[in-house]
Amino acid sequence: MTQDMDRSEAAQARDAEEHPAHGDYITHAKSIGSWMFSLDHKRIGILYAVTAAIAFLAAGVFALLVRAELLLPGETFLSAQSYNQLFSLHGIVMVFGFIIPAIPGFLGNFLLPLHLGAKDVAFPRLNLFSYYLYLLGVILIVVAMVVGSVDTGWTFYTPYSARTGPAVLFLAMAVFVAGFASIFTGINFIVTVHKMRAPGMTWNRLPLFVWSIYSTSIVQVLATPVLGITVLLLFLERLLRIGIFDPALGGDPILFQHFFWFYSHPAVYIMILPGFGIVSELIATFSRQRIYGYTAIALSSVAIAMLGFLVWGHHMFVSGQSAISSIIFSLITYLIGIPSGIKVFNWIATMYKGSISFKTPMLYALSFLVLFTIGGVTGIMVGVLAVDIHLHDTYYVVGHFHYVMMGGTVIALLGGLHYWWPKVTGRLYNEVCGQIAAFLIFVGLNLTFFTQLVLGSRGMPRRYHDYLPEFTSLHQLSTIGSWVMGLGLFLVLGYLLVSLFRGKKATANPWGGATLEWTHTGVRPDPHNFHRTPFVTRGPYEFDRIGASRSETVEDHRGADPPDVALNQDRT
Amino acid sequence: MTGSFWLPDGASTLSSEIDSLFYFVTWASVILFAGVVAAIAYLAYRYRRRRGGPAPERVKPNKMVEISWVVLPTILVLIVFNWGFRLFVEQSVAPPNAYEVYVRGAMWKWDFEYPTGAVTTNELHVPVDRPVRLVMSSVDVLHSFFVPAFRVKQDVLPNRYSAVWFEATRVDTFQVFCTEYCGTGHAAMLASVITHSQGDFEAWLASAGVDEDTPLPELGAQLYEQQVCVTCHSIDGTPGIGPTLAGLYGKTETLDDGSTVVVDDDYLRESIVEPGAKVVEGYANIMSPIYGGLSERELSALIAFIREQQ
Repeated sequence: MTQDMDRSEAAQARDAEEHPAHGDYITHAKSIGSWMFSLDHKRIGILYAVTAAIAFLAAGVFALLVRAELLLPGETFLSAQSYNQLFSLHGIVMVFGFIIPAIPGFLGNFLLPLHLGAKDVAFPRLNLFSYYLYLLGVILIVVAMVVGSVDTGWTFYTPYSARTGPAVLFLAMAVFVAGFASIFTGINFIVTVHKMRAPGMTWNRLPLFVWSIYSTSIVQVLATPVLGITVLLLFLERLLRIGIFDPALGGDPILFQHFFWFYSHPAVYIMILPGFGIVSELIATFSRQRIYGYTAIALSSVAIAMLGFLVWGHHMFVSGQSAISSIIFSLITYLIGIPSGIKVFNWIATMYKGSISFKTPMLYALSFLVLFTIGGVTGIMVGVLAVDIHLHDTYYVVGHFHYVMMGGTVIALLGGLHYWWPKVTGRLYNEVCGQIAAFLIFVGLNLTFFTQLVLGSRGMPRRYHDYLPEFTSLHQLSTIGSWVMGLGLFLVLGYLLVSLFRGKKATANPWGGATLEWTHTGVRPDPHNFHRTPFVTRGPYEFDRIGASRSETVEDHRGADPPDVALNQDRT
Repeated sequence: MTGSFWLPDGASTLSSEIDSLFYFVTWASVILFAGVVAAIAYLAYRYRRRRGGPAPERVKPNKMVEISWVVLPTILVLIVFNWGFRLFVEQSVAPPNAYEVYVRGAMWKWDFEYPTGAVTTNELHVPVDRPVRLVMSSVDVLHSFFVPAFRVKQDVLPNRYSAVWFEATRVDTFQVFCTEYCGTGHAAMLASVITHSQGDFEAWLASAGVDEDTPLPELGAQLYEQQVCVTCHSIDGTPGIGPTLAGLYGKTETLDDGSTVVVDDDYLRESIVEPGAKVVEGYANIMSPIYGGLSERELSALIAFIREQQ
């Protein structure tokens, strides 16, 4: 059996390299239509990547403007009204346009079938439809917000949002269109993981990225419909004047908050779980070590996905919900901290007795461990009932969730982007620029958001266009941090664009990865991924067995996947 | 800036305990964080990839290690939960003798209405060393009442009352913020809490919004309506939730412990300020003690009014 696997693995790589005539997934067809109507999961992944990158750029610029206005107390260049619209745009575009769809849409689409040894996802047409729903949703969101001057923040709390009139209804509808994209993608991925695994790809041989995408999909399918129900109720209230959320009609504004957070808290896990998956891949590959506690990491993702449905009330400790509810939600919130802690400890333990290389993706993975730990412990802090009373709706909360979303998800995505860049584009990025940018982003992020933790615990409320003079120096530090971070991110944009056109050609497995996309495909995968269905006989992190498998055949000089001895000469 | 690096100076009876919990979690976090960073740094250096270095060695997971990093954090968070929970109960339940002020949030100002009927805008005056309970509602959208120095915050809702309480410990002026986003003027929806010593507060209250010229019985009649005494105490002899005021003055009442009392000025005053002290037989002890906040002149006015109801 091992012999079969070895031949298959080596033969795959040989086939992939020896059949360039058909072209890989990028060169085989070049028309615009072949991209816009492609059913290939890899091309759809790239459509997501481009759209999400534009959304991230736009929402990032909004954030820089918001921070710039806060450089000085008093009104500098934005009126209160425009400031409020900008932070709302920042939040809504970041959440619905970027952070929810980015990793599942881009890396999830690109990698899931490759990781499973499949030709494509289970429903390729549904996959393309999801992308267009997402695109339509994002466009409608931006149109609604700009035309309707929406300034409600991303939380849309009633009754304030009811005053904004039809724009908020239109916007809610747009968010729900994007939500459907999320539901369809979730269904597609769940079925793909269940039905499309290659022979021998058992559940405990799945790369941890697959486990995390699988957990995310479950949350997407179960939580997103609640968003739809909320939108429907908002419509019923506005059109039929039935009092549901608006006190003027006899409704209950706290009910809206329950509905909102019942979706939006699980959505937080939709945002962070895929990041966990990426970090698992990065740490394993760059330590050349099996993941410590594979089962614990895999199952903790599932546990987080499940418990994530039972903690929404921790956003509402001061809303006026009953004290009993607050106490129960606080307790469950702590329980969800445990699986997150287990993951961090396992990732650190994975480095033990490894062979650690500090390439850019690994720098992001290590940044992630540090930043996510800060995000985690500040999360414990805001989960403490008595202390949250003081910290709720201050910059402490803003700092906390940016450590998780930016320090967690975005850093993981950047790590993943660099790691899979050679597989996606067939080219290498500039390693020195990559390391400088990773450093700038790490420093800028801490300067921006650690300062906000201190601002918040000292009493600075969030969503304030202006502030008291005593907060000036901290706000200025935070704004300077945002510039450092912005510089780092623009540097990434710059050298990746350069790499796209002038980058050094990559080899099939530049990092020595052990998952199927590295060992069984060419520099860039073929349109149908694999020439023969892979036959899997080992786990995703058995790095010692990729080298061994090659040396048993005559191919060891051919691939870009040198044995350990060669890798150990690669001084970094 | 005053206060420590993390927190502004506390000024309520509960703030020091909340701060202790904050610092406990902070230091536990710092220790955990330092451990994580030290472990990463050590492993990253010790097992860095180098020429001729050892090949990665397969590590067999250690059950005890895995169990310990599930159990230890669980114990730690349960300690924190329990501490936070006990404090939260104290924060949620106001002491029964609290001085009550009504708070109305509106886009974008705060109105404070005292038991005397005095109303102030964006300035809340309270005594120190006495629990103050704020009963709050909004006339439009959601707001949230936040006093960092007292470590209290509570959302203010339309069509519903929410409450928050604190007991200030020193005489000063404290910042109030609105912390629930409420539109264009959100950042300007500020107010201050001005604390007074008990005596100064009485003096302030007496001078605030009280009309010194109205004859006492007339002022009493106004207060009877304004303070909604009318809901429970009729003046036409019909028994209500509380005893009627008609013919009350000078009457001998039997109390719920069987003793009797003659209704005079002192008894009336005591029954308004501290309603639970001597409860008339057949009535429940349910009258709110908030009228203790009425000024001396208002108390006299009410008594004068009651005296007239024969």
